[in-house]
Amino acid sequence: MQFFIEVLIGGLLSGVMYALVALGFVLIYKASGVFNFAQGAMVFFAALSFVGFQEVLPARFGLEAGSAAVFWLSFLLAFATMVVLGIATERIVLRPLVNQPPITLFMATIGLTYVVEGLAQMTWGANVRGLELGIMDEPIAWLMDDYGIGVSKFDLFAAGVAASLVALLALLFQYTKVGRALRAVADDHQAALSIGIPLQTIWRVVWAVAGFVALVAGMIWGARNGVQFALTFTALKALPVLILGGFTSVPGAIVGGLIIGASEKLAEVYVGPLVGGGIEGWFPYMLALAFLLVRPEGLFGERHIDRV
Amino acid sequence: MKLKRTVLLGAAIAGLLASSVAGAVEEQFIGLPSYRVGPYASGGSGVFGGWIDYMQLVNERDGGINGVRLTWEECETEYNNARGVECYERLKKKGSTGNTVFQPVSTGITYSVLDKAAQDKIPVVTIGYGRTDAADGRVFPWVFPLITTYWSQASAIVNFIGTKEGGMDKLKGKKIGLLYHDSAYGKESHAVLDRLATKHGFELSKIAVAHPGNEQQSQWLQLRQLKPDYVILWGWGVMNPTALKAAAKVGYPREKMIGVWWSGAEEDTIPAGPAAKGFIAAGFNVAGANYPVVADIKKFVYGKGKGNMEDKARIGSVYYNRGVVHGLITVEAIRKAQEKFGKGRALTGEQVRWGFENLNLDDARLKALGATGFLPSLKISCADHEGPGVVKFQQWDGSQWKVISDWVESDRPLVRGMIEESAAAYAKEKGIKPRDCSKEG
Repeated sequence: MQFFIEVLIGGLLSGVMYALVALGFVLIYKASGVFNFAQGAMVFFAALSFVGFQEVLPARFGLEAGSAAVFWLSFLLAFATMVVLGIATERIVLRPLVNQPPITLFMATIGLTYVVEGLAQMTWGANVRGLELGIMDEPIAWLMDDYGIGVSKFDLFAAGVAASLVALLALLFQYTKVGRALRAVADDHQAALSIGIPLQTIWRVVWAVAGFVALVAGMIWGARNGVQFALTFTALKALPVLILGGFTSVPGAIVGGLIIGASEKLAEVYVGPLVGGGIEGWFPYMLALAFLLVRPEGLFGERHIDRV
Repeated sequence: MKLKRTVLLGAAIAGLLASSVAGAVEEQFIGLPSYRVGPYASGGSGVFGGWIDYMQLVNERDGGINGVRLTWEECETEYNNARGVECYERLKKKGSTGNTVFQPVSTGITYSVLDKAAQDKIPVVTIGYGRTDAADGRVFPWVFPLITTYWSQASAIVNFIGTKEGGMDKLKGKKIGLLYHDSAYGKESHAVLDRLATKHGFELSKIAVAHPGNEQQSQWLQLRQLKPDYVILWGWGVMNPTALKAAAKVGYPREKMIGVWWSGAEEDTIPAGPAAKGFIAAGFNVAGANYPVVADIKKFVYGKGKGNMEDKARIGSVYYNRGVVHGLITVEAIRKAQEKFGKGRALTGEQVRWGFENLNLDDARLKALGATGFLPSLKISCADHEGPGVVKFQQWDGSQWKVISDWVESDRPLVRGMIEESAAAYAKEKGIKPRDCSKEG
């Protein structure tokens, strides 16, 4: 039982990490109806920019390496980079495609993926970097000593960050003017334009916010596994989360993440050995597929009704 | 008068042509299917940087191989099979004698070009990857795994563990976990480790990690329950630092984790931070810039501003040195082939194949090359395209790799037996008649 609880908690905390990436997808989908295939590449670019600035600032400007000033300055510069990327995406990729079918926009984001991946390595090089956030990825001592359950401090920290982000985004969408405009644009581009909502500004805002989420996700994943190209693969973990939680729901991304995280870990531990192991890669997709049959819009997604 | 002028002009042109032919420098072309962008660029930039630097060293310091200057061209594969094949085709006819040798640095690309290369008479060199059974040169005359293979490495790791335990007989009853990348590469060691487990009486638990391996919590919880005495990490890319971090999380000692040569580079340990300290990995080349061969590269190549590495701090890293090994072996094979087919001449791929098959890098030659201890001594023959099958073990001290063993051998009779079995099965399947090595010159 103790082992089961440990696997379950570990899975739930991993799920929060997936949800962090899924949030970026949700934001853009909510505001523009675009499934942004480039979200994984954005996570990579954001994290690489952050560590890149951490290297450049001390070398070029004589700042003390590893200091709080370098950390926060790098964070701000990386965020600014993501904002510029967001604005450029809106200007070069999205604006010419207004009112085009969703599949066209989706294809454009596939192209964007390659551009962002290439841009990241061209700008910062291909070297793998470590990233320390000052929180050790080690078990909490008293839980380990008293109950024999290993829960990582770092995973708990990541869960806290994800919860804060969700709260912040929920407030943004529900209670601000920009949030309402975002929802209006998501519902219907042309109708939103007709009542004076500046579509281009809204898209820039949402891509900038998605860039911020990508930066946070990239830093957390980068601190865990290193800042390297593999960060783009985190998008693969977010897809089943989105199917489960719904493409348009911020809380859905979290709940979906928790379900996927817990179920894939339990499946790997209890079912994996019976079928040769290594099922973590495909099990969440199978679960999502089964879920699609029952609830195509996901747990919290908006039900789509067509009148015929 | 007009005739006299024409004759004089003709003589002058003929003289010019003759002098330019006499002064022409022979060039040996080597096509490099590199990967400097994409998922595996961090490793690729090191390997190809070291490789090119070594060839540049031979040109700058020695004026080429007996006067034959090396030329090369990179073709970006992004580690993608289709692009690799395209690069093979694009490079094969370049240079005065065509591409000398094709070294894909990818198992997938190796499989894709194996038959083509044999038809085109271009040797395929696969140091540290590719088909293990290609070490049987009777069945695979055009393929050269060289130095060691995955099977030899698995066996050498078990021998290393045996030594640490105080003898192979001490392995009886021990538990060894194999944490492997769930792919053909990751499963490559299963057969040989199963046989070794039976032979030495240790318990082998195989635990798969799904690609790309950036999540390993459940695997490490299973390992914690199993309580293995050692864990062999057969990883790739992001799977390696993730494993080290996950091991730290469950409190598994890194000193008991032994990685393969695709798990034992700076790119695998630096991202894991302090969690990597103590981790041990096998390698057919070592890290370090304090070898005369690397010092020469710094002096003759970087000293003239002709170095290939943008980040000079990576000179002497595991991947960089691996590239130097690729370059060194290629150059020595060409040198050997020149002894037979003519010094100072550009050679064809077929002629260089002979050079690989008769390569003999003994201790004296390695010393002359400034590479003693950098790579093992190596003797290739018609039947044996592998060579010594040895690895050294290095340990990460928190900031760099430190060599902690001499060259450790594999269980040669067992591994060679398996190679011959597998190659014979391949020959039967493909209708290949193995060469009679007694008739090879």
